Amino acid sequence: MNAPLLTYITFLPLLGVLLILFVPQRSESGKDVIRSLALVTSIVVFLVSLRMYFAFDSNVAGFQLVEKHPWIPSYGIGYFMGIDGLSFWLVLLTTFLTPLTILSTWNAISNRVKEFQVLMLVLETAMIGAFVSLDLLLFYVFWELMLIPMYLIIGVWGGKQRIYAAIKFFLYTAVGSLLMLVCIVGLVYFHQRETGVLTFNLLELYGTHLSRMYEILFFAAFALAFAVKVPMFPFHTWLPDAHVQAPTAGSVILAGVLLKMGTYGFFRFAMPLFPEGSAFFSPLIITLAVIGIIYGAMVAMVQPDVKKLVAYSSVSHLGYCMLGLYALTPHAVEGAILQMINHGISTGALFLLVGVAYEKRHTHLIKEFGGIARVMPVYATIFFLITLSSIGFPTTNGFIGEFLILLGTFEVNKVAAIFAATAAILGAVYMLWMFERVFFGEVTNPKNKKLHDLNARELAYLLPLLVFVFWIGLYPNFFLNKMHRSVDHFISQVKVSAPLSPSAVMERHASIHKTPLYMSVAEE
Amino acid sequence: MEGYIFLIPLLPFIGFLINGLFGQKIGKWMITYIGCGSIGLAFLTSVLLVYHMVCLPVGERQFTQVLWHWITVGNLHIDLAFMLDPLSAVMILVVTGVSFVIHIYSKGYMAHDESYWRYYAYLNMFVFFMTILILGANYIVMFVGWEGVGLASYLLIGFWYKENLIADAGKKAFIVNRVGDFGFLLGMFLIFVTFGSLSYTELFPKVLHMYEHGLLPMNSPVMIAICLLLFLGATGKSAQIPLYVWLPDAMAGPTPVSALIHAATMVTAGVYMVARTNILYTLAPTALLVMALMSAATAFIAATVGVLQYDIKRVLAYSTVSQLGYMFIGVSVLAYSAGIFHLMSHAFFKACLFLCAGAVMHAMRGDLDMRDMGGLAKKMPITYVTMLFASLAISGIPPFAGFFSKDEVLGKAFMFPYYPVVGKIVWFIGLAAAGITAFYMFRLIFMTFHGEFRGTEEEAKHVHEMPFSMTGPLMVLAFLSLVGGWVGIPEVMNSLFPFHVTNLFENFLDPVFEHSHEIVAGFVTIPHYSSTVEWSLMASSVAVGIGGIYLAYIIYIRHPDTLPQKLAHTFALHYKLIYNKYYIDEIYYHVVVLPFYFLSTFCWKVIDAFLIDGVGVNGQAWWVRRGSGALRLIQNGYVQTYGAFMLLGLVVMLWFFRF
Repeated sequence: MNAPLLTYITFLPLLGVLLILFVPQRSESGKDVIRSLALVTSIVVFLVSLRMYFAFDSNVAGFQLVEKHPWIPSYGIGYFMGIDGLSFWLVLLTTFLTPLTILSTWNAISNRVKEFQVLMLVLETAMIGAFVSLDLLLFYVFWELMLIPMYLIIGVWGGKQRIYAAIKFFLYTAVGSLLMLVCIVGLVYFHQRETGVLTFNLLELYGTHLSRMYEILFFAAFALAFAVKVPMFPFHTWLPDAHVQAPTAGSVILAGVLLKMGTYGFFRFAMPLFPEGSAFFSPLIITLAVIGIIYGAMVAMVQPDVKKLVAYSSVSHLGYCMLGLYALTPHAVEGAILQMINHGISTGALFLLVGVAYEKRHTHLIKEFGGIARVMPVYATIFFLITLSSIGFPTTNGFIGEFLILLGTFEVNKVAAIFAATAAILGAVYMLWMFERVFFGEVTNPKNKKLHDLNARELAYLLPLLVFVFWIGLYPNFFLNKMHRSVDHFISQVKVSAPLSPSAVMERHASIHKTPLYMSVAEE
Repeated sequence: MEGYIFLIPLLPFIGFLINGLFGQKIGKWMITYIGCGSIGLAFLTSVLLVYHMVCLPVGERQFTQVLWHWITVGNLHIDLAFMLDPLSAVMILVVTGVSFVIHIYSKGYMAHDESYWRYYAYLNMFVFFMTILILGANYIVMFVGWEGVGLASYLLIGFWYKENLIADAGKKAFIVNRVGDFGFLLGMFLIFVTFGSLSYTELFPKVLHMYEHGLLPMNSPVMIAICLLLFLGATGKSAQIPLYVWLPDAMAGPTPVSALIHAATMVTAGVYMVARTNILYTLAPTALLVMALMSAATAFIAATVGVLQYDIKRVLAYSTVSQLGYMFIGVSVLAYSAGIFHLMSHAFFKACLFLCAGAVMHAMRGDLDMRDMGGLAKKMPITYVTMLFASLAISGIPPFAGFFSKDEVLGKAFMFPYYPVVGKIVWFIGLAAAGITAFYMFRLIFMTFHGEFRGTEEEAKHVHEMPFSMTGPLMVLAFLSLVGGWVGIPEVMNSLFPFHVTNLFENFLDPVFEHSHEIVAGFVTIPHYSSTVEWSLMASSVAVGIGGIYLAYIIYIRHPDTLPQKLAHTFALHYKLIYNKYYIDEIYYHVVVLPFYFLSTFCWKVIDAFLIDGVGVNGQAWWVRRGSGALRLIQNGYVQTYGAFMLLGLVVMLWFFRF
């Protein structure tokens, strides 16, 4: 509480931006200085953010490291920040991925280096800000701020169809956001009418009583904004385009962090603010999540382009997150949060790996490769380990997340869990098939014969991710411990009057009446 | 002592790490020492631990070791924990022992491979995961091993990944296994949701307690569902109908791998899992019924396919599928220890058969077609004799190991307490399959080792006996194929011996299965059969085995040139059907794979690209552009136009306000 830690973490990147602005980029050495400055800044941010680990108390359900100052008092808008068990990890994920991403741009981005690195750092500020804001307007400012750097990164440094992709990305997100803004104002208005207090403070707004219609309406608007970001089926088509066109760094941040904004938004805003609306749409969202899981995996299977394949796999993986959130059991929700982190690590790593190949061959097409395992064995090994993580192989992070989500979902909704579990098969199909076509067989394309294996810099940004793949896989309690209280709190917030699950009813029935547990089942 | 269990998986893991990370730098000798040494030490550790266990009184033969709390969320507590009890003791000895032998054999077999280090690294990794599978103290840890051995199998099948077909076989194995794992996962979920625990030491007592207190009826739907879901997992890993299709293709891997993973150890994991879960299965008779019929069908159908294959390894692969069927017959007729017994003897004789096939393949420079062989017995006497031993064992000829174990499985099937009639049907199918087994095995022996050599001159010159590093393991395994069954001599044979024999094997495993026996005894009256019946059962299976061998002798020794063709001609339709393995692969390809591929493409091209993006997203953009284009006409910059619109507006307003 002494030092405003969250403020430091949020705005430190901007300090780096300030420094970079003074460095000319006309010479190669100037560019290197800019890159180094950006890297050092992001590393410092990461180190500072590690302080959170020591300051964070896992036994507290509410928000911690809170900073609260009036900002625009006449409208009840405050500078209000704080973290709980979810945002704690998402902030760390952001500060962890950003330096790795910047390191990956060393050779990939050679024109307008200064602008690029500035945008990366601004983006980092915006992302962290969005994760720690507890004032709706403050959040909205950061939320919208994220959009601009990413729009430019795709639009300026992207591939051939970058303009189309950038505009699609921008419009999609902006439409949802604007609806959300209207509803934020609406919510604040209703809150003022009820209590007489004009405030954008999230914690105060949580308890607002809305009529059923407004709950549903407001939830729908919030959910739309976040569903686009997740992205949930059928709002996902911007993602493959954005990913394929974006430069590697853009894809990594987009998949690693920006998509989490959607699930985070559900967790932090849409669901606890409008529990009734959330319950109303719950069947629809669960259905869409399951469709997304299977559909994303199926479409990923037939992609000729590795990057697009990974993009569609994101649709599938994020479907898991949504399913977990909506199962509303501790297992599933913690699994969903872990899956958010996992996806950031694994898919981030996949995009980085695809980027490595792209730098060498300037293509993402699967058929351009083949037999790469012989030419680049280290690269193949790391790619394979990340593939395992992506298909949820036990001892990797992916397994823990998927297992918890499916288990938690199974407790309350067997049908959804069974359908979702088929993606474990499909995941293996599309990932291994891609891996086989890229790495196995003879080297048929002469251009692939003399590729260099990974260099030290590439290893430097891939190995840390690999460490986390196995760390989470082997000792997930380190991560889960920080979530328990926040997740319990979240569930109690959202599950106001939810009926007991069938198994819980049976359990209760059995314990009270001492009658056979399976009588009802057996008689059917 | 229980504090040392972790060493058993750890040692192979260290071997894997060293060989995997530094294998390219440390030289072949070092790789061999580390690869074989780590497994040898693991075997030694297992022996010591099991010895320690045997010294304890029967009731205390179970220890667990918790390494750390792995996943703790809400009411879910999963520890990374190991457990050694008589069942895992048998398995761990078989697995580390056979692995050790095969590791040594591999030294000679893989000597000239450029990726020697990678081979040993993968092989060590396999043993690591396999020991985890066996030692895991809860289903999740077992699942780690379960998926892990699948991974090792994937990597080793596709070891020579330069060839696309081989890489395909690896992928097929992994994906088909994943289908099974889907069932395994759901089974675990259902167990957890129903009983609130996945740890053996909590779950089984709880189930038992609930059953005894009337809280859980016999044959409850949820129990049947759990058992069948887990069995789906087993059909994947243990290559049973409907998921056996990956195993024959898996023969694309190096032969020692086929011996170790796809015959002796990994594929038996499903049998182990069912035996481990015996209490749940005992409470689900309907599930057992389904399993007994399916495994009998597997045993029979796979055996028939084996009859017409010409590739030695493929014959052995189908034979493995068939023998796994026997093991499942054992566990599904409540004879859990019989299933495990056959698992053990099968591990010996099938590993031996595969390694012999490897030796033949080496001698024939990679050719595995029996039609090119013949008369190899003279040039490879040790391989011949060892393979003969193993073949006699698999054919169920006394006193070889397979006789005792197969006979026990079939005998117990005959006496299936839950469904006596079905038990007899299963017994009969099993008996028929045993005859076919003896036939195809001796067809293989006769075509390969007897008669005249049918290959090229050059090949004939190359044929030679293998070095000791390869024949040594063959002899060890052949010896075990002979004596391995003597630990399970049935009580009825007592009269043959001057001293008292007991079924050591069954007694040793009894603590694991006793509760199941109690449940059965409390639920149905166990039918009692006289020793005459037992003797005649035994005699019939021996007779069938000898009959199969004799038939093979008639066809392939007496009339090798005429009879096979004649038979093929007479039964043309059957021949074609079986020769093409009942077209199962083709059916799967056209019924599952292709439609799914088309559906996926449809989702992408039609739903994603056309409907959502085309009509939806870009469609909206198109309407906006068309709409704006129309509106733009109003603002064309001509004063005349503006004037006209002003006039129009004036008229409209005047009309509107005319009152």
